[in-house]
Amino acid sequence: MAATLLSKVWDLHSVRKLPTGQTQLFVGLHLVHEVTSPQAFEMLRARGWKVPFPSRTVATVDHIIPTLSLARPFADAQAEEMLTSLQRNCRDFGVPLYDLGSLEQGIVHVIGPEMGLTQPGMTIACGDSHTSTHGAFGALAFGIGTSQVRDVLASQCLAMDPMKLRRIDVTGRLAPGVYAKDVILAIIRTLGVKGGVGYAYEYGGEAVEHMSMDERMTLCNMSIEGGARAGYVNPDAVTFAYLKGRPAAPKGDAWERAVAWWSLMASDPDAAYDDRVTLDGAALEPHVTWGINPAQSASVTGRVPKAADAAPEARVQIAEALEYMGFAGGEAIAGTKIDVAFIGSCTNGRLSDLREAARVVKGRRVAKGVKALAVPGSNAVRLAAENEGLDAVFREAGFEWRGAGCSMCLAMNPDRLEGREVCASSSNRNFKGRQGSPTGRTLLMSPAMVAAAALAGEVTDVRQVLGDGR
Amino acid sequence: MTLPAIRRVSGTALPLRGDDVDTDRIIPARFLVSITFEGLGAHAFEDDRLSLKAKGETHPLDDARFWGARILLVNRNFGCGSSREHAPQALFRGGIRAVVGESFSEIFFGNSVAIGLPCVTLSRDSVGELQTLVEGAPKSAFSLDLESGTLVAEGKTFSVSIPANAREAFLSGHWDGTSMLLDRFEAVEELAKRLPYVAGF
Repeated sequence: MAATLLSKVWDLHSVRKLPTGQTQLFVGLHLVHEVTSPQAFEMLRARGWKVPFPSRTVATVDHIIPTLSLARPFADAQAEEMLTSLQRNCRDFGVPLYDLGSLEQGIVHVIGPEMGLTQPGMTIACGDSHTSTHGAFGALAFGIGTSQVRDVLASQCLAMDPMKLRRIDVTGRLAPGVYAKDVILAIIRTLGVKGGVGYAYEYGGEAVEHMSMDERMTLCNMSIEGGARAGYVNPDAVTFAYLKGRPAAPKGDAWERAVAWWSLMASDPDAAYDDRVTLDGAALEPHVTWGINPAQSASVTGRVPKAADAAPEARVQIAEALEYMGFAGGEAIAGTKIDVAFIGSCTNGRLSDLREAARVVKGRRVAKGVKALAVPGSNAVRLAAENEGLDAVFREAGFEWRGAGCSMCLAMNPDRLEGREVCASSSNRNFKGRQGSPTGRTLLMSPAMVAAAALAGEVTDVRQVLGDGR
Repeated sequence: MTLPAIRRVSGTALPLRGDDVDTDRIIPARFLVSITFEGLGAHAFEDDRLSLKAKGETHPLDDARFWGARILLVNRNFGCGSSREHAPQALFRGGIRAVVGESFSEIFFGNSVAIGLPCVTLSRDSVGELQTLVEGAPKSAFSLDLESGTLVAEGKTFSVSIPANAREAFLSGHWDGTSMLLDRFEAVEELAKRLPYVAGF
């Protein structure tokens, strides 16, 4: 019988039905970082539990990294304590740690794929909602909370409820200057921030098939912003080509067997879905958020809505967003002044993101008064970018070139907005206060759009910048 | 280890209006720079509270009429965004013992179950009615009964919903799930051996 990747992977990893009625699901790869794990390790100590599958567990440090200076101890004593605690926990429990200063360190959702740890057909869990990123490989990847981190550390399992599956087809080919970020912002705009509750999203269609792995990761990364706990793309030749030769990828004869098995994991062509949605990819334009959740976005050629024009049910929320963002309602989104430009994060901090942004800024200058940051998602991304000279391109344009970490996506490190600053950001959340200032404002967009905004000092259509003679 | 069952939560309530209240608002990221959950209760909704204060308004959490409340009344898609368990922890450590709302984000809901904080749902109209009731009469007595699936507010009974699995976990004391997952550990090891990628293909 025809089956989906979701049901195949779920069934393969189901240990048993629990007394509560949930399914006990084996976790094939557990990714650990410093923010959501210390309390979990402490609970293991208190109960005398060990980590039974340390080789299926990998830790790194990302959220608190000061990207300006990696000198220890960190200026923030609590951040220093978090890293020390992660080091001790990994040592005590035998968990491999890609530590600060190691070549492999970086944002957990960037390094898993780049080391080849993330593979098709796996179940993956991490105490971070953007774990859905790993779905780009045809893995079933869930963000979990700290008590569940404890569960996975101690048992390598999760107690899970079944999910429904929504197939999202993105037809046609994306136009130049339109990226995976615009696709996912458009999907969330269409289905809403809670449209995915109870669902996993399977992304497909011509536009997705033609995406690189980096782009598929961007797409899957923000599934959670649409309420979907997991999002994935079926594994194909693009996936296998990306994985081949990565440090943790199978080698020799095992590679052929792995590809055969991975191919079997993909959804069958005639599989049934609980829901289907189609989006015209060819018609998409660059997107920019104007509000305080990721569904509140518009095409760059569009306008900020007026609360009065909205359905009565939506008015209060739109009015709240406009007040916070300082929009009157009805103005064009292009031309919105920015103070800060941030390129980075697990959504858009990969090499191809930096290349696209560098293509935009090369030979140009960041507008006066704009603070611009380029923060690679991992050390490997940083080194690869530096090898190509991208760091010089960014620096010459007036960007700061930083060390690898989560940085200003959520400002758990010193990279923060000040006061009511407006930030053009390639990250994933425009929530109130998200970028470190309780009144700071975030406009989400693709890295190329952030680069264009940095140059102009205001939101601008990157297609015009890319179009002028290059 | 089975924990104490959670059958009933009684007390006064705190109305918190708004859809899509995200976990960055419930507990801003800067308070996550810590290796414990201690002290989080004092910082719940800190930025929302400060911004209202600056405008000369009062957040319900700062409104003395609602102090001591054990039941939080919220609207649609509460707890969306980040997976931080710090969000329900901050509410729990602030004294909240149950959340009644229109709907919850899944990760927030799961995190709440894991720490023994029941989240139950009601229609938009009923939640609105209860919020209005409490805003007018903050000392109204609420009693949530998970066994019968009812919420009694000032003598009026509402039928609340909670997924059967979560209800069972609270009533049986299985809401702290690790022991349950370790119960048949040989089955876990057996399954791991059968997975091609664990075996190295």
